[in-house]
Amino acid sequence: MTEIVATNETILVVGGGISGMTAALEAAETGKQVILVEKRAYVGGRISQLYKYFPKLCFPTCGLEINQRRSKMNPNLTILTMAEVTDISGEAGAYTASIKISPRYVNENCTGCGDCAKAVELEVSDDFNYGMNTHKAAYLPHKMAHPQRYVLDPAIIGTDDAEKAKAACKYNAVDLDMQEENIELKAGAVVWATGWQPYDANKIQPYGYDRMANVITNVEFERMMDPTGPTGGKLLRPSDGKEAKDVAFIQCAGSRDKNHLLHCSRICCMASLKQSTYVTEAWGDDASSTIYYIDIRAIDRFEDFYKKVQADENVKFIKSKVASIVENKENGNPTLHGVDTEGYHRYATEHELVVLAVGMQPSVDKDAFPIDITINEEGFIEPSSENGGVFAAGSASDALDVNRAVQHATGAALRAVQVVNRVARAEG
Amino acid sequence: MTELNAAMVERYRSNFLKEVEANVEEGEWVKMCMQCGVCAGSCPLGNAWEHTPQKIFMMVRAGEREAVLNSDAMWMCTSCYNCIARCPRGLPITHIMHGLAHYAKRMGLAPKEQPTAKFAQLFWDNLVKKGRVNELKLGISLYFMNGFSEGIKTSLKMKDIGLGMLKTKRMSPMEMLGGHGVKDSAGFQKMLKKAQELEDKRISGSTD
Ligand SMILES: Cc1cc2nc3c(=O)[nH]c(=O)nc-3n(C[C@H](O)[C@H](O)[C@H](O)COP(=O)(O)OP(=O)(O)OC[C@H]3O[C@@H](n4cnc5c(N)ncnc54)[C@H](O)[C@@H]3O)c2cc1C
Ligand code: SF4
Ligand code: SF4
Repeated sequence: MTEIVATNETILVVGGGISGMTAALEAAETGKQVILVEKRAYVGGRISQLYKYFPKLCFPTCGLEINQRRSKMNPNLTILTMAEVTDISGEAGAYTASIKISPRYVNENCTGCGDCAKAVELEVSDDFNYGMNTHKAAYLPHKMAHPQRYVLDPAIIGTDDAEKAKAACKYNAVDLDMQEENIELKAGAVVWATGWQPYDANKIQPYGYDRMANVITNVEFERMMDPTGPTGGKLLRPSDGKEAKDVAFIQCAGSRDKNHLLHCSRICCMASLKQSTYVTEAWGDDASSTIYYIDIRAIDRFEDFYKKVQADENVKFIKSKVASIVENKENGNPTLHGVDTEGYHRYATEHELVVLAVGMQPSVDKDAFPIDITINEEGFIEPSSENGGVFAAGSASDALDVNRAVQHATGAALRAVQVVNRVARAEG
Repeated sequence: MTELNAAMVERYRSNFLKEVEANVEEGEWVKMCMQCGVCAGSCPLGNAWEHTPQKIFMMVRAGEREAVLNSDAMWMCTSCYNCIARCPRGLPITHIMHGLAHYAKRMGLAPKEQPTAKFAQLFWDNLVKKGRVNELKLGISLYFMNGFSEGIKTSLKMKDIGLGMLKTKRMSPMEMLGGHGVKDSAGFQKMLKKAQELEDKRISGSTD
């Protein structure tokens, strides 16, 4: 059984992405007891799936490492992975949360040696790479995963593969008897940081994501650049593995659209500008990026980044929302159809690879929150006194980049600290 | 220039957008267009038009009254609804296009030799006689739309289809002698008159 001490002076953080990690660490470093509950087998959330960060083009792993070190050094912080909050009851200062912990089938003895993975035969879809490849059913979610501990996919439990994994482990870390656990925890305040998910590109019918191999999403493109990713860090198109040198980006794919997401996802313009630098990084002067846009929203200081990309001769900008994509069956190239707003020219242009700049949608469904909370039309959490001691952090509150998500999370931590301070004073 | 057209020019001066908002069906939506271009790129007839909907909406906002109302663009819309289905802003584009066509007609500015405009007039003239469309007469007047000799040629070309329709009772030759209509013909005419009065009152240079 997982033994955790929690009181009404404890802060519960739901979601361990960059926002949840930040809120948890900031609160823990003020001396508060914090429990972080993360659904995945590792913390870091979606930034761990990015190749580089705009605007500085540094690697997210660097910031993640700092956070992981901070969390290891802090005795006030308890991290539960593969754990989900199923219910919260009570009020500010006195909440009870029900938490479901799924079995990992690997205990703390794991050294990350990987012998279990070598022994297992079954391959399962690699979620970390958005299903672009498969991995063994005994796996480390990604190289930098924290905790550095393998996971067994439930699909092999009860099969020979599970026994093979157990036999291969020299450290007695594979525990096939692990069961799902349901525990209850007390908390004075809750920070809700469940983040975002990419909008489902299959819903944008005219862009044919479901029909054309060479139409992919921006989150998949990030994975392609990762040297440990599905293509070993090469920009290769899915249909035939050909080098993708002529890449088109389609902005607002599913955002600012009454048929899809109403809101502007704010980060996707910057994400495509950033990704055009990947294309140039990969192919130098052979690279060609074309960004189809309604208007480029590089907010605040990001304007400088936009200017820099505009100066790159390998990047073209076409002011037009693409109307539809049709595949050229002969060479697998997607052909983009539309009309250019600057001059109203009709075009039908082929590219080798098309990246849909899909937007950010809240990861938790409007109706699936385990507690009554104020949610706006787009499904993001609104600040409201009716939320009591529950505070949103990061992209659960709006489509935010990392910088803004982290600022927002720090604010949420402060509010949570204020609530548990009140509890502490009342309890004397 | 028709009297009504002159009155409208006088009333709205250079603000064509306001004129469209006040008088054209669904015209108040024009300002909501964000010029993304999806409608233009989605129109199956797009390359056959002088101006796409996207461009028309920009021209309305730019005050290009003559160019818009004289244009054949609105008359080319086939009501496929592709643009409505895709417009991210939810503009009822098809309806605005028809609204503009109708308004151009009211102002006497619709292009004179535009075939769909001509057909629309034939259809209307046919319909208002008896309250029912007389398909035989409509078909024949369509064939003769561009003059007598061309009409004969088209009729001969379509002869087999016509005979087939007669055989399968999809068309009756008796329609040539007057044809069927609504029961209360006088009531129907009264209704049309009233509707015309209401419409004239709505679009008129003299009120408000
Ligand atoms: C293509 C693309 C590129 C981007 N590039 C950049 C960039 O270069 N620079 C930049 O600043 N920003 C970038 N962003 C934005 C950046 O990804 C977000 O700002 C960041 O991920 C927000 O972090 P978060 O912690 O709020 O959310 P998330 O990263 O989504 O973290 C939420 C965490 O909560 C967990 N969770 C969800 N539901 C539950 C639950 N019920 N119980 C427990 N845990 C749960 C999830 O597993 C996840 O770990 C990019 C976005 C996209 C789409
Ligand atoms: S950030 Fe850019 S691509 Fe994303 S929704 Fe807003 S305008 Fe569209
Ligand atoms: S699709 Fe809608 S918003 Fe886009 S140009 Fe056409 S009318 Fe305007």
